[in-house]
Parts: sequence; C-alpha cells; structure tokens
Amino acid sequence: MSILHIAILAPFIFAIFIPLFYKYLPRIHTGWFVLVLPTLLFIYLIRMLPTISKGEVITKQFEWVPSLGINFNVYIDGLGLLFALLITGIGALVVLYSIYYLGKKGEALHNFYVYLLMFMGAMLGVVLSGNLMVLYVFWELTSLASALLIGYWYHRKKSRDGALKSMLVTVMGGFAMLAGFSFLYVITGTFNIQEIIANADVVAASSLFIPAMLLILLGAFTKSAQFPFHIWLPDAMEAPTPVSAYLHSATMVKAGIYLVARMSPVFAGAAEWFWLVAGLGIFTLLWGSFNAVRQTDLKSILAYSTISQLGMIMSLLGLGSASAYYGYEDYYVIATYAAIFHLINHSTFKGSLFMVVGIIDHETGTRDIRKLGGLITLMPITFTLSIIGAFSMAGIYPFNGFLSKEMFFTGLLHSLDITQFNMQSLAFLFPVIGWIASVFTFIYSMIIVFKTFTGKYQPEKLDKKPHEAPIGMLVPPIILAALVVVFGFFPGLLEHTIIDPAVHAIHPAALAAGEHFGIHIYPWHGWDAPELWMTIGVIALGVIMYLTLTKWQKIYEFLRLHKKDPINYIYDYLLDGVIRFAKKVTSMQMTGLLRDYLAFMFIFVIAIVLYSVIRYDVFSIDTGNMEGIPFYFWIIAFVFAAATITVPFIQYRVAAIIAVGIVGYLVALFFVIFRAPDLALTQLLVETVTTTLFLLCFYHLPELRKERSKPKFKLTNLIIAIGVGATVTITALSTLVARGHRPFEAISEYHLENSYKLAGGDNVVNVILVDFRGFDTFLEILVLGIASLGLYSLIKFRVKGRDSI
Amino acid sequence: MEILMVLLVGLIFTVATYLVLTKSLLRVVLGLVLFSHGAHTLILTMGGLGTGDAPILGASETYTDPLPQALILTAIVISFGVTAFLLVMAYRTYKVHKTDDLDQLRGSSDE
Amino acid sequence: MMKNSLSLQTISRIAVFIILLFSVYFLFAGHNNPGGGFIGGLMAASALVLLYLSFGTKKINKVIRINFPYLIATGLLIAMATGVISVIFGYPFLTQFYEYFHFPLLGKAGLATALLFDAGVFLVVIGVTILVILTIAEDDD
Repeated sequence: MSILHIAILAPFIFAIFIPLFYKYLPRIHTGWFVLVLPTLLFIYLIRMLPTISKGEVITKQFEWVPSLGINFNVYIDGLGLLFALLITGIGALVVLYSIYYLGKKGEALHNFYVYLLMFMGAMLGVVLSGNLMVLYVFWELTSLASALLIGYWYHRKKSRDGALKSMLVTVMGGFAMLAGFSFLYVITGTFNIQEIIANADVVAASSLFIPAMLLILLGAFTKSAQFPFHIWLPDAMEAPTPVSAYLHSATMVKAGIYLVARMSPVFAGAAEWFWLVAGLGIFTLLWGSFNAVRQTDLKSILAYSTISQLGMIMSLLGLGSASAYYGYEDYYVIATYAAIFHLINHSTFKGSLFMVVGIIDHETGTRDIRKLGGLITLMPITFTLSIIGAFSMAGIYPFNGFLSKEMFFTGLLHSLDITQFNMQSLAFLFPVIGWIASVFTFIYSMIIVFKTFTGKYQPEKLDKKPHEAPIGMLVPPIILAALVVVFGFFPGLLEHTIIDPAVHAIHPAALAAGEHFGIHIYPWHGWDAPELWMTIGVIALGVIMYLTLTKWQKIYEFLRLHKKDPINYIYDYLLDGVIRFAKKVTSMQMTGLLRDYLAFMFIFVIAIVLYSVIRYDVFSIDTGNMEGIPFYFWIIAFVFAAATITVPFIQYRVAAIIAVGIVGYLVALFFVIFRAPDLALTQLLVETVTTTLFLLCFYHLPELRKERSKPKFKLTNLIIAIGVGATVTITALSTLVARGHRPFEAISEYHLENSYKLAGGDNVVNVILVDFRGFDTFLEILVLGIASLGLYSLIKFRVKGRDSI
Repeated sequence: MEILMVLLVGLIFTVATYLVLTKSLLRVVLGLVLFSHGAHTLILTMGGLGTGDAPILGASETYTDPLPQALILTAIVISFGVTAFLLVMAYRTYKVHKTDDLDQLRGSSDE
Repeated sequence: MMKNSLSLQTISRIAVFIILLFSVYFLFAGHNNPGGGFIGGLMAASALVLLYLSFGTKKINKVIRINFPYLIATGLLIAMATGVISVIFGYPFLTQFYEYFHFPLLGKAGLATALLFDAGVFLVVIGVTILVILTIAEDDD
C-alpha cells in the first residue's frame, strides 16, 4: 500500500466523513470541505508531470487476490496521468461551482457529495489501475455513482428513469467488458495490462481475439455513449448541472475513450477494430451533431453535442490505429494525436459551457431556448464565457477547438492514403461525413449563444428576474474559459508535456525512450492547405444554415426525429418486454400459497435424486442385517410408526401435540438404545420445552379443522409425500450398503484418538462440540440468539400489519 | 436393525411431507417438527447402530461414531430454535389475520 | 398462565433447586461425562419454566430480575472471548487449552478453556429458551 494507493482510495475514505460534516457543521456549506480533496490530489498528481513527460512510468504494486492474478497495481503513464489530472482538476472546479449551485437548504448535500467523491475515487481507480479486474471493479463503481447522481432528485420520475436507463446501458456494457477481460485472461493468463500488451501477438493469434475485442468495445461504447448506446446520455441530463459538467461531459463518458486508447496496443491493426472504432465513431459524430440542432433544451443540445464530440475522438482513435501498418509514421499517428488534444480541449470548453448553462438555468429558471433571449445586457460575463466556449466548440480561431478541429481534418485527409481495410473505396466517406458533422456542430454552437443571449428578451416567460450569477459560480467557468484561450494561443504547453506521453501510451512501439513525435500543433497551414478551406467552408455554410434554420428544420419532422431519438423506441420496447415477461413468469410460479412452493421443491428433489439413482444404478439393499432384532425393539418400532401415522388424522390440538411428543420421546429412546447419552438427554429436555411451548401457543390457536380440500388436492399431496418418503428410504438403504466400502477413513477415528490427548476431555461428543468444531457451535448459538431476538421483537415491537386481506 | 430404522425414517418423512403440504398452518408446524425427528434418526442410523459403547473414553475398546452424534446434537438445538420461531410466527399470523388457513393467507395476485 | 395449585407449588420449590443443581453438574461434567452447555442450559431453563408454570409469570418476574436478551448477549460474548483470547496469543480463533491442577480437597482435576466456552453456550441456551416462552406467555392480547 503506497501513498499512490491511498491517494486513489482517499475519496472513498473522505466520503465517510461527509455526513458528519453535514450534520455537525450545518453553518458551513459541505462543499467547502470536499473542495480540499480534489485540490490536494490535483497538486499531488501534477508534481508527477515532469517524470511522465520524460517518457517514464510510475508503478506501485499491491497484492489483492494474488491467487487469481488480481492485484491492485497502480500504473501511471501519460494517458493515465492526463485523465487523472482532468478528473481532479475539473473535479475541484465542479465542487466549487456546486457550492453555489446547490443551496444549503433543502438539498441532501451529504448524499450528493458522498456520491460525487465515490465517483471521483472510482474514476481515478479506472484510469490509474494496471490490472483489468481492478479496472473493472472501479468501472462499475463509476456507473453506480453516475446512476445515483442522475437520480439525485429522486422525487422526479424523469430523474429515476434517467438513472435506470444509464444504469442498464452502462452496466450491460460493463458485464460484456468483464467477459472480454476474462477472454484476455484465458488467452494470456494474466490480468496485468502491460503483460497483456507485451503478449499482443499471442492475443492476435487466438481464436478468442475477435470475441474479446467485441465485448470490450461494447463496454467502451456504452460508457462513451456511442451510437446506438448514446440514448442514456440525454436522459442523464436530469442530474444537477455540476454533475452533468463533471461526469457526463468531462470525465466518466471519456472512460470508454480511455479504454479504447488503453487497449489499442493490443487490438490496433485489426480491420474489425479499425472499422468499429473509426466507423461507429464518425457515425456517432454525425448523428449527435445532427440531432443536437433539433433540441430546444440547452442541456439536451449539450448532451447530443457531447455524444458527437465523443464520436469524433473515438473515430480519431480508430483512424490512428491504422498507423500500426505504417510503422507508426507521424503522418498517420497524427489522428491519435488529434484525439488526445481534442479530448483535453473538449473537457475545457464543454465543462465551461455546461457551467454557463447551469448559470442560465439557475438565474432564469429555464433552459428552454424558446423562452430565453436577450440576456446579453443582463449577464455580460456569462455571455462572454459562452462565446468562448461555443466558438471553440464550433472550431473558430483563436480558440483551442479551432486547433483540434484543424487537426481532425488533417487526420481525416491523411486517412485517404490508408490502403488497408478496403479503405481504397471507402476512405472518402471519412472527410465527407466529418465535414458535414462539423457544419452541424457550428450551427448548434451558434444556437447556444445567440438564441440565449441575443434576440428578444421575454421576461414574461421566465420564473425569476435574471441577473448576473454570484462570483463563486463564475470562477470555475472563467478558469476553464481562460484555459480555452491559453491552449488556443500556446498549444505548445501541452505538446511535449502531456500529449506526447499519452500518445506514446497508445502506440508504445512508436517512440523510443526520450524521443518526441514530430507532430506540432499550429494554427496556420498555408493558403494551399485543404484544412483551411474546409474550415472556411464549414463557417460559410454554417452561417447560411443557421440564418435559414426555420426553413429547413421541418426535415426533422419528415425524418420522424422530432419527438424522440428512434433508438429510444427500441429501448422502451425491450424494457417493457422484459418487465412483461418477468411478470408472466413470476405470476406462474409465485402463487402465494406455501404448499405450491414446497410442492415445487419436493418434486424437484425427488426428480433429481431418483434420476441419479437410476442413471448410475446405485440402488442396493442388504437384507442381512434384519436379523437379530430384539423383540422389545419391534414393539418400540410399532408404537413409533403408529404415533407417526395418526398425526395427520387427529382433529384435536392437544392430541396432536401428544402424538408428536410421543414420536419425540421415542427418538430419545432410540438415542438411549444406540448409546448416545448426550443426545438422549438433549432430546428429552428439548422435547419437554417444545411441548410446553406448543401448549402455550395452541392455547391461543383454534382447533385443527378437518381438511376440506378437494380429493384431487389431497391425492397429489399424498403422491408427493410418498415420493419423498420413498426417495429418502432408497437413498438411505443404498448408502448403508455403500458405507461398507468407503474410499477414505472416517474422521471419527481422529476424534476418538485425540479427544483426550489434544483437548483433555473424555466425552468425545462434547469435545467435538466445544473444541474440534467449536466454530460451528459458536455460530449455532449465534443463530439461536438471533432467532429468539427475532421472535421477541415479533411479539414485543409489533408493526401494525395490514388489517384486511 | 438399520433397515427397520430406515423404513421408520421413510415413514416419518412421508407423514411430515404430507403435513407440510396441507393448508393448515398448525399442521405445517407439526410437519416440520416431524421432519427434524426424521432427519435426526436418519443421521444416527447412517452413522451405524450398536457398534460399540457410548463415546465416553475409558469405558471400553470400541465406541460408536461420535461425529454423527455431535452433528445431531447441533441439529436438535437448531431445530428447537427454528420450531420455536415458526410456532411464534404461526401464532402471530393467527392473531393478526384470525385464520390459520394458508389459502386465505396468500397475498393478492398483483403483488 | 395457570391457576395456582398448591401441591404443584410445594413440589416445585424443592424440585427446582434439585434440577438447577443438576444443570450445573451437567455443565461441569460435560467434558468427561454426558452433559455440556446445551444439556445444562436446557435443564436450567426447564427448571425456570417449572417455576413460571407453577407460580405464574408476574410473581416470578418480581423474584428473577434477569434481562434475558442481555443474558444471551453475555453468553455470546463469553463464548467469543474464549476464541478471541487464543487469537491474541497468536493461535487460530477458538483454539482451546487445558491444564491439570491439584486442588486442595478435590485432588487432581482438569481445567479447560472449553469449559468457559460451554458456559457461554449454557447462558445462551437458558436465555433463548426462557425468552421464547416468556414472550408468548406474556403476550396477552
């Protein structure tokens, strides 16, 4: 356990104290305490940056379940550190923002911050773990935290539905991913990511290569909201805006990207990988941006925008994977480079945009662009921030989004030269789709800014009188917007420090230690560069289409997209179907009648035991030991049988108790005859106490009725009963014969020999109870204690049940 | 000797099964008590009958198997706990619902 | 619980003490002769049940002021303590020890930590049994 491990687990540990802060220091907003942690973690992590920039990695071992190869190894390289910095850095800003967004009154802040910290720790675990199993555990924890945060305002139905949807989609993907990881373990015999990468050729040669890849990609695509699994992300916008800014734009949804990047060294070079990642990515880009334009809710626009931007990063990673065929030339690696660069940029501008939307929502009471307008004079700072964020997203100079979009175009154009994977005929699709999607990106970016801040001010449609947000709410987006500008002017800040090591982690074969990529980020490519003209084209067509928006927006109705995303119909249908099916099955077996449940179990036991008896032909009987039974024993046996048989026919409760009591006392007599004095004593005493108890209870209970059931019902019961009796008899008789030749020695010999030697007791039964099997006895009295306390509370602290049924 | 005991065990299991399948809560409890008697006798029989003296050291050379006895002792006490618990549940159920007919005690169908 | 019966009460007064004495004997004899915590506990419990039956719960509750849930907890703690002690000394949980001592008058006798464990069982069994019976008996609605 190193400091690094503790740093990853720190959010979980810290979360324990949040409810205490909330309860005992109600004057101070709980967020101020929380803020400390991500800030410290960020400082701690950024101090590692120089080491990582040199191309080194930091590893720390901790054995967790070594027998299964599951170890909590921390592995920090460029990729992991980049994500960790995003998580803690944006985490700190989001916490600061949330302090002003969520008021002290009426909000369950202790829940909110516990979930948020749980997410932060889990996400750090995902990106810093060097072991697939540990990664998986943290991965599922992020899904859980995300669902809890989406459902934070759980009194709203939409929140609950959104939480459920995100949970179902991402956890389904998580399970698939677990299976994929297991396949990798089957192939390589290890869960250690670096060892798997070292054995990439073994993996590629395996027949499980494609299944493992598909399953892992399923996990990544569901998490990163790739088409057609993107439907959970718009619904996740029911979460408080700080959560949307944090989880659903900057960090969690990028976990899928992280996974694809992390697994790239294993799978890159395969045609399936290329087409799935690049193809699905570019389609998601188009689908997301196209659908964003039709939204009227600002957060929905941002949600679809996030989907599309994630698709863009994903497609770049896919295109970059082709570089495996070309000796990792910079010409092809540039796509991967663009992916990482855009990932950073996206976190900055999308984070600030979400916070801006949160401010608008907070100050005006609505996010509907049909109600908003003309806020420019009322909220000038917010307006400036939104301009920076949206223009960066649209790809306009001089913001960082412009640089990465140019680089995106470069990557797309370079893909035209890829001759693998049937790209000769299909390569042109990438630049074309990418360009069209960029036009729509431009349009919705403009919508966010100008529909909100310009146009007619409609105070009558707003619940509140809007004014500029408090300074604390403005600081986080200002910091992010400042980064947008800084990275726009000085992209060199990022090049060698973090992007190089991150890309190196994705393509480990591309660089020797200490080298750098020959790729540089620069805004000006020259007049003859096609990227420039593509950007100019985007802006020109984008402006025209934005101005004529109302004229062509009918196309959404024509395409039947205006109500909801068509994938949602499939989701709803499947969910309804599952629920209906489950109800059907349940109503078939859950009859509410004890007898039916027992009948199912008995029939099952009879069937499975008799099947094995017949299948393995084990029935045998040794009639020899019927001889020599003394006469008195026959009498006892007869009384025993008679008492037993009469029980079902008795109509009087006292008589029934006596009959059962006779059976019990005869059992005690058996114990005496067969030389078990302890048992005999116990049985006698228990029988006495039980009888007392029966008498006490039956005193209050009604007389036994004659059974009024139908003959058919009785007959079925009788058949099942005889079946059970016969099964027990047959099994016991066969066992008696088999007992003569058991393949191993009975442990009783050990007990008899060592009872005095080891435990100093002559009564072997008692020694077994208190010494050899002391743990059993201890748990047994624990069970007894629990049972008695259970019925004590059943009587003493009764809950008023439903009076009428 | 063992075969006779096994037949008795089979009988007691048959009766017990029949009782727990009836619709009267009290008979179900009685059935469970019989079940535990049957199980104890079964374990005892399987351990071998009358092969030696009681497992108290020092009395003789051969002893009966002490392990089944230890198992049964545990089982007796546990089944006492379970019986008591069930009995009180039955008692409570009758007090609240005024019936011991399981058919009338089943929940409504939409649950 | 039951109508007062003079003969029952008279006999109970004597019988209860004899049974209780026996139960303690069974507890201590358990390691070398038939007996032990379960048997001793059940026997003590049946003695108490006899008291409750013959004199009624109200009267006895005034005499015996034991909180039976606490008694169960105490028994469990004692049983667990014997286990934990062996952990403290570096042995596996619930390792039992024994030693022979020479007592004045009694002579040589073995003392085992198992006896302590059995005493825990003894208390739990008494507590459970009486608690169950009293719970029903005192439920009067």
